[in-house]
Amino acid sequence: MTDRIKEPWGRRTPFGSGEEWPVRVDQFLEQGVSEDEVDRWVQTASILHSNGDALDIAVKDGRIVGVRGRGVDRVNKGRVDPKDLFGWQANNSEERLKKPLVRENGKLVEVSWDEAMGRVVERSKKLLEEKGPLALGFYTTGQLFLEEYYALGVIGKAGLGTPHMDGNTRLCTATAAEALKQTFGTDGQPGSYADVDHADTICLYGHNVAETQTVLWMRMLDRLEGPNPPKLVVVDPRPTPPALRADVHLPVNNGTNLALMNGLLYEIIANDWVDHEYVAAHTMGFEELTSTVEEYPPEKVAEICGVEAEKIREAARMIGESERLLSTVLQGFYQSHQATAASCQVNNIHLVRGMIGKPGCGILQMNGQPTAQNTRECGANGDLPAFRNWNNVEHVEELAELWNVERMKIPHWAPPTHAMQIWRYAEQGSINLLWISATNPAISLPELHRIRSILGQEDLFVVVQDIFLTETAQYADVVLPAATWGEKTGTFTNADRTVHLSEKAVEPPGEAKSDLDIFLHYARRMDFRDKEGEQLIKWNDPESAFEAWKECSRGRPCDYTGLSYDKLRGGSGVQWPCNDEHPDGTGRLYADGNFNTETDYCETYGRDLLTGAESTETEHRALAPAGRAFLLAVAYTPPHEETQEEYPFRYTTGRTIYHFHTRTKTARAPQLQKAAPEAWVELSPADAGRLGVGEGDLVRVESPRGRLEAKARISGIKEGMVFAPFHYGYFDSGGPDRRPRAANELTITEWDPASKQPLYKVGAVRVTRVFDSGGTPAAAPTTTASAPASDGPVPATVGGEDAEVVETVEKEV
Amino acid sequence: MHLANYLGYLHRAELNLAEGFRKVADGHAEEADVYHTCNTLAEQCETHAEQLGPFVERYGEEKPEEPENLYHELFDETRSGGLGLLRDMQDLYLMAHACDISWTMVGQAAQGARDRELLETVNACEGQTASQIKWLKTRMKQAAPQALLVAS
Repeated sequence: MTDRIKEPWGRRTPFGSGEEWPVRVDQFLEQGVSEDEVDRWVQTASILHSNGDALDIAVKDGRIVGVRGRGVDRVNKGRVDPKDLFGWQANNSEERLKKPLVRENGKLVEVSWDEAMGRVVERSKKLLEEKGPLALGFYTTGQLFLEEYYALGVIGKAGLGTPHMDGNTRLCTATAAEALKQTFGTDGQPGSYADVDHADTICLYGHNVAETQTVLWMRMLDRLEGPNPPKLVVVDPRPTPPALRADVHLPVNNGTNLALMNGLLYEIIANDWVDHEYVAAHTMGFEELTSTVEEYPPEKVAEICGVEAEKIREAARMIGESERLLSTVLQGFYQSHQATAASCQVNNIHLVRGMIGKPGCGILQMNGQPTAQNTRECGANGDLPAFRNWNNVEHVEELAELWNVERMKIPHWAPPTHAMQIWRYAEQGSINLLWISATNPAISLPELHRIRSILGQEDLFVVVQDIFLTETAQYADVVLPAATWGEKTGTFTNADRTVHLSEKAVEPPGEAKSDLDIFLHYARRMDFRDKEGEQLIKWNDPESAFEAWKECSRGRPCDYTGLSYDKLRGGSGVQWPCNDEHPDGTGRLYADGNFNTETDYCETYGRDLLTGAESTETEHRALAPAGRAFLLAVAYTPPHEETQEEYPFRYTTGRTIYHFHTRTKTARAPQLQKAAPEAWVELSPADAGRLGVGEGDLVRVESPRGRLEAKARISGIKEGMVFAPFHYGYFDSGGPDRRPRAANELTITEWDPASKQPLYKVGAVRVTRVFDSGGTPAAAPTTTASAPASDGPVPATVGGEDAEVVETVEKEV
Repeated sequence: MHLANYLGYLHRAELNLAEGFRKVADGHAEEADVYHTCNTLAEQCETHAEQLGPFVERYGEEKPEEPENLYHELFDETRSGGLGLLRDMQDLYLMAHACDISWTMVGQAAQGARDRELLETVNACEGQTASQIKWLKTRMKQAAPQALLVAS
């Protein structure tokens, strides 16, 4: 038995380069239930992060009583993340929404589905009549299932005809998609998790994999502890578990990623660690790349980034001398300014080294949320379905034919509206109905006082579809109670393109309905029709929705036509594209160096990374990329909000291993809640000393936009920086007026010009001490990046008996 | 020799465009992307004007009135709201085009004069002016339906 709160990554099963990663099956059942008392095991995958770990739900007497990893699955070989081991308990919470609610005289009261949906339909029809479809907006998530996003996409684009649909995936994965599109022509992850098994060098760019995708980190740890381990390069301003294991750790100042990347490329080109044959055959723009990065010698970069020049050279050498290079990228890059440009430079490293599509040579532009990939694929994330190009009339025509509607019905005069712009239109009063599904913007969007004010506007009708009465739902005019994972069937896809089936294990509580049923209910009541007057949406359950989606994906990079529920049942998940040509799926994209940049096939005609300006079809055609990838490069510019006398610290936000999103589920799992019960703020020992702040003292952190108060953790964070976890809101505390504690009270309303991803990791703040702790330390976890800088009176984070998990290694089975 | 006339025109037009970008940034600061991008592009225009410095010394600089006239005709105060943003960006679009065609004319003269240095400057700057125009068009196209059909 392993205490998986105390040891989140569990026991090691070391393996060497090119060997199979050993199976280790993790299992947790609630106290008092033994394995032979479980009635049945129901197949699913993780819904609390983006790794896509396959697991089975244990059901007893119609209740979920535990989980077990699926040893047969390619992604996790049986391992389970601590959030998944314990997070399912939230399904059984008494606080679940069980009946629809509507606002009456300022209060939310229970009503029937008929009444609640009637109000949504009535308001929708009234707005359509008075103002047209541009008055309706949808803000969805990265946590529903593929079938649900596709239904929502069809409703928005072919039913209502509004371009205003995006997901909170804009906050977590938009830059991954944009960087892939700009470099390779379409979205689609080039690499595979199996590249960990082969790599001789692994680079983690702004990716604290140990806390974001724990099972992927277990795989890396097992390589690091096996024979011929890979070298590890980590770019992160905090002493994350990977940073502590790194051969080279580059703790750059936040807001300087692109300078670092330009510097690494400078060294790679200057030392001629370049595969010239590959570059000539498969890329465009090497000269421009070279002339851009020429301006970034290591000494200059060292000064900008606040790291030693020698370390930059050492990291570049490891990359340059590697033969099997794996790079992963996440929020440290995606939520900073110049996000897309910095992420494209990671792609560029692989292109100039000719290391794509071969075992160990992978790029993983990661996702934040479990089903963000599907939001992107299905057109619920500011894209057209199946990576079609909104600017390509033929692509739009394909959708019009598929849905049997006029092409004019589908908005395609500009890209679908991105999330931050949707909220701006709502603020200005031109969007009057905002339907929020499975996300909690009142805690997760930047500059929260502004978001609360928009949600509270008289002229905005807010529909919230969720499983709990979240901080956002408190503002709703209508609340629709949803079923969640384990209570509904559908599919979803992880960050390395692996598609999993998630089957219904138990009934949802009360009158809660699956998100698919809710969307289909709306579509029926709205009576959406195709151009022949038939029902627009001709499917009625998850499997028929999946079949419809398969047709939509046919011939596109994310081709699902070779998959079916039956094929996904029983064995391992399968990586798309899966079709007649690749019946067992596809491990790595672009093995032949032929990229998706053909003008008629690509998802974008390209854009300027400095401003986001779109190029035209004519311009794209004139470049004649013909399957070659684009080596895009731009100069580094400092962040718009720099530190100054009044706000001398660099502010960054992030996650902890024990929580997901805004804790709607993880706060209701006792082991997870106990491990990280309340908000904290991280300061370096030097800064804490200057401010007179001791461990656990209450500090106030202020930006030009707001303030928060939390206990200080004196950690190994880079001097001059302040970190706050973004999970903590107000549903289980006193609310922002009493003691503001949400990290996004402080964040700035600004986004990357190309990906439109908000800047959660670049801002300027000041810190003051409010009162002494009286010796009580902050309740931040000690197992991870938030560990105290020095041994002292801080008790270790442990789970105890309640967190003991059975880990069975294959040879012992 | 009238190159001095065009250099003067362009120099003034770039400075006016910079000022225009800054005015729009401040006048529409609630549009976060407009605010930040306009400030970035204003700096770009000021750099363009600076880069013309050595050539103004080489060829002289006349001060034609048209850029001033264009600027004042278009832009004394920024407007407000969605439609106001569209109209203000349209003014920037026209001013950027005045720069764009001037770069082309100066570039032609640079070729005729075999002035490599001036030609390199033109090549570097006119691409950025083209991107500015592209950005304005991209942003306006995105904003137009909402501003023209549903904004109050």
